[in-house]
Amino acid sequence: MRARTVAITAALLLSAGCAQVEMRGSGDLGVIVERSAGRLQVVDTTRQTSIGVIAGLGDLSHASVVYSRDGRYAYVFGRDGGLTKVDLLRLRIERRIVQSGNSIGGAISQDGKLVAAANYTPGGVRVFDAETLEMLADIPATYGDGGQRAKVVGLEDAAGSRFAFSLFEAGEIWVADLSVPRAPKIQKFRNIGRQPYDALITLDGRYYLAGLFGEDGVAMLDLWHPERGVRRVLAGYGRGEQPLPVFKMPHLEGWAMAGHLAFLPAVGRHEVLVVDTLTWREAGRIAVAGQPVFVMAQPDGRRIWVNFALPDNDKVQVIDTETRQVVRTLSPGRAVLHMEFTARGETVWISARDDNRVTVYDTATFERKAELAVEQPSGIFFTVRALRFGF
Amino acid sequence: MRGWRVPWPGVALACVLGPALADELAPARQADLVRLVRQDCGSCHGLTLNGGLGPPLVAAALGDKPAAYLKYTILYGRPGTPMPPWRAFLTEADAEWIAARLLEGFPDAR
Repeated sequence: MRARTVAITAALLLSAGCAQVEMRGSGDLGVIVERSAGRLQVVDTTRQTSIGVIAGLGDLSHASVVYSRDGRYAYVFGRDGGLTKVDLLRLRIERRIVQSGNSIGGAISQDGKLVAAANYTPGGVRVFDAETLEMLADIPATYGDGGQRAKVVGLEDAAGSRFAFSLFEAGEIWVADLSVPRAPKIQKFRNIGRQPYDALITLDGRYYLAGLFGEDGVAMLDLWHPERGVRRVLAGYGRGEQPLPVFKMPHLEGWAMAGHLAFLPAVGRHEVLVVDTLTWREAGRIAVAGQPVFVMAQPDGRRIWVNFALPDNDKVQVIDTETRQVVRTLSPGRAVLHMEFTARGETVWISARDDNRVTVYDTATFERKAELAVEQPSGIFFTVRALRFGF
Repeated sequence: MRGWRVPWPGVALACVLGPALADELAPARQADLVRLVRQDCGSCHGLTLNGGLGPPLVAAALGDKPAAYLKYTILYGRPGTPMPPWRAFLTEADAEWIAARLLEGFPDAR
């Protein structure tokens, strides 16, 4: 009884100190980036509503987010090199640093202790203590005679305090082992293909795949067997045809997977590529409305959702993975930039930048369940990412 | 190598086209172009145009690059790089207007 009184008193004292904090978990929360305003909206995916705004995050064009293991803190990587640790429960900035001149994204280590940022300027990777954002390692992406630095893309977390990333100009994949954070060990894979533009890691953390912009193909590294080197898969998928101009770089994120089939955006073609992951050979291609940017599987793998580059960026197409047919074309608004599924996939949230809204769709019925007013929304990131490789 | 083979003599073509076209753009079109540059070009060059996968497009970074060169790059892209040709979306006058604004410091969205 006495203990309970103390607890209640403590709770009252706490709530008096910060009135808006609700006692709650973070498993159904997320953030939506308001790219021009430099703000995040924090959303509750159960109530399908915004619960607050966190401002002051700098230039959030192309911002991306990773989560602490407890799903409470979001690490936001801004274009301007800002790295901001945000508390979703207290709706405030916990810490913020500007760690480079130009950043593209980042990752968090398997144990949640290290946050790594991929930088364009200066080209390289910097690794920070997830708790304090103190810099622990600086890995310049030097190549050639050592005087040049490449832009780093496709930074992904791998098992055992490792990070894998690609060097755009150099055509290299590096794996950095940060078991001793202040003394990273780097393994370099050279001549992996021209202009890797982004990468993903499979959900099991085993395969790192870098999409190539400068040629048709994907570079694959088996992280269980790095000694086997980088293999080329889907080489020459364009069959020598002239590619179309690419008005927005495709993104490889997560792993659009159904059974043993994986689905990837084709660069410069109005196609989604299907890959058999047992053989790593092409298993087909699906014609779609435009050049795919994101090709994302529902968590159950039953359908693939695709958005597009200009001028088809007002559409989203849904592909049934059993029949490999487009089963629905949606119009979520102008300039669709991102899609995010709730953990078990009953809804997908889609941002339409030029209509200043995020629409929540029921994935089973395609019905619009809710609409949120968000200023120029881009990325949507739910806390379920905290529990996965490659998110 | 990925690229859309564009004849470089096109540069000369871009140079002979009249310089006065850009002044005739309607205000609504100008607003569209500001948004296009900030948002869509911004996906590679950054919303602030300080660069990303693509180089910075702020006035200081462009230095004394000729307007005709920028206009040509906008319309025809840069083969061998991710810069695509935008001529499906932009007229000569649009590209000329964008090039001129870039050189003097591109306006904000509002």
